[in-house]
Amino acid sequence: MGKIIELKKVNKWFDKFQVLKDIDLEVSPQEKIVICGPSGSGKSTLIRCINRLEEHQEGNIIVDGTELSESTKNIEKIRAEVGMVFQQFNLFPHLSILDNCSLAPIWVKKLPKKQAEEIAMNNLKRVQIDDQALKFPGQLSGGQQQRAAIARALCMEPKIMLFDEPTSALDPEMIKEVLDVMVDLAKGGMTMIVVTHEMGFAKEVADYMIFMDEGKIVERAKTKEFFESPKSERTKLFLSQIL
Amino acid sequence: MNLIAKPSKDNIKTYVPIGLFLVSLSFLDVFINAFFNFNLMGFLPSQLSYFLPLILGFVGFYLIRIEFSGVRSLDVLNKNINSNNFNALLTLFTIFIIIKSIPPMLEWFILEANFVGNSKDDCTGDGACWVFIKVWFNRFMYGLYPDAEQWRINTAFLILFAVVGVSFFVSEKLKKYFILFLVFVFPFLGIKLISGGSFGLEYVESAAWGGLSLTFIISAFAILFCFPIGVILALGRRSSLPAIKYISIGFIELWRGVPLITVLFMSAVMFPMFLPDGTFIDKLIRVLIAITLFEAAYMAEVVRGGLQALPKGQYEAAKSLGMGYWRMNALIILPQALKLVIPGIANTLLALVKDTPLIFVVGLMELAGMIGLAKTNPKWLGMAMEGYVFAGLVFWVICYAMSRYSQNLEKKLSTER
Repeated sequence: MGKIIELKKVNKWFDKFQVLKDIDLEVSPQEKIVICGPSGSGKSTLIRCINRLEEHQEGNIIVDGTELSESTKNIEKIRAEVGMVFQQFNLFPHLSILDNCSLAPIWVKKLPKKQAEEIAMNNLKRVQIDDQALKFPGQLSGGQQQRAAIARALCMEPKIMLFDEPTSALDPEMIKEVLDVMVDLAKGGMTMIVVTHEMGFAKEVADYMIFMDEGKIVERAKTKEFFESPKSERTKLFLSQIL
Repeated sequence: MNLIAKPSKDNIKTYVPIGLFLVSLSFLDVFINAFFNFNLMGFLPSQLSYFLPLILGFVGFYLIRIEFSGVRSLDVLNKNINSNNFNALLTLFTIFIIIKSIPPMLEWFILEANFVGNSKDDCTGDGACWVFIKVWFNRFMYGLYPDAEQWRINTAFLILFAVVGVSFFVSEKLKKYFILFLVFVFPFLGIKLISGGSFGLEYVESAAWGGLSLTFIISAFAILFCFPIGVILALGRRSSLPAIKYISIGFIELWRGVPLITVLFMSAVMFPMFLPDGTFIDKLIRVLIAITLFEAAYMAEVVRGGLQALPKGQYEAAKSLGMGYWRMNALIILPQALKLVIPGIANTLLALVKDTPLIFVVGLMELAGMIGLAKTNPKWLGMAMEGYVFAGLVFWVICYAMSRYSQNLEKKLSTER
């Protein structure tokens, strides 16, 4: 099976500080990958490079057969195919939930308004907040906002979904409702890369686990192996601290 | 009974009536003194009678200052204007000044003022000579625009008001066309109508335009153009392309650093020297361009403030959905940033309207300019006060209306319900 995401020898610096060191990563369609690691290990930067919210300086990133380079046309094409969910939701506060979801399909994919709103309502139903469609983001709880943000990304009908610590800004009782939506999405066959500390979620859906530290991929293993018999000492230490 | 007991709930029945009586007495004294020139306390030694209202009011306010009295209106009163001795004094002074200043104002504006007549000789009273405004009213509105052609200005403004008025009652879809008409068609239609020169309309050169209508024309055009230019400059200043960024910074800093009066003077006097022989740009248009670019620089900085206040996440979310630079700004960034800086935008536009009188330096006379001209007319010397009070009132009405509109807009666009 062809790879949908390929990273080859990716290096990235913030000024003098190297955040990503020789990252190699391949993701097949429908694979679910969970990235974990201590803060500052470069895991967020890594997935932000995949839709070029951050630029890498060395190496190649190929998403769905398109190489990420300076060409803005390529970047916009890839961003439309790669959905992203942020830690801080980043809903558009001046638009209703429905408009948040239908805006990009209308203006980027050029769908007629009616069709875009239909897609939006379907996706809102999928994350179970279709009854909130006409409210504004400020009127929703954190968990509802994050589900709306997931629905917004899904409305572009992406091939890949990136999750950047989607539950870290949520109250404990709201984490589950967001994770449930993500589990449901995983079961539907979406290709997913998730940066998270929710190890229960990781055990349930991930095909592969990736452990990162100091900008390097320390360990990449099947989920079961990763939790039962981690190879590196650093991984063992990390797991002992968070499990 | 202990007379110097602290006012409290126990003695509320005696203290409050006495206190209110003393306060009322002090106001009554000042009131009668101011309006009827009669000193109620005249029988007392002069110095005592002068300060008596203050003393009475102060004691009165002290007596009614009862905490948690249980009487709601009394509590509200105490909390707001009588919370301690100092506040009681401030309250008294404020009310005295208001009472004292009403009679002379009333006299100047209305009672002693003259409204009827046709010349300065008809102004016999001590108050304002509104005859001056009445006689010159036409000039204050239309400047030196020929009387016979003034219907053209009236028509232009009538169309404007009619279109704006109707646009409030039509559906959202039609409204879009109304706005497009107002922004892209009407300004040029209106100018054509007022300047004439075709369609059988007599040509009226812009030097003859003036008065309040010119204030409106200049303000409207400058607002219309300075806004988009300001937005583009603000975006340019934050651009990642160095050329665009430094051109924007240079433009903004250049125009912000120069007084408007200098800019106007240069636009009217120096600019034509650099033009090739034979080319001619109307003075009014040059002035308009100068004011527009000047205010655009201020607008740019106001808008930039709004752009900077938006969290980075908004940009990232828009980008992650595949939006390009222009779509991101038009759909996500600017609607939020502009909403944030509505007070700043209103500020800049109000300043713009109030800057228009400066066009006198190039010989154009809007409302304040026409008043300046009229007050130097030998038949109407000494009318500066009436003229400028009138101009002040008119500008205040315009600016207050704009201010209210901006507040309504802020409320209407608020989504934090």
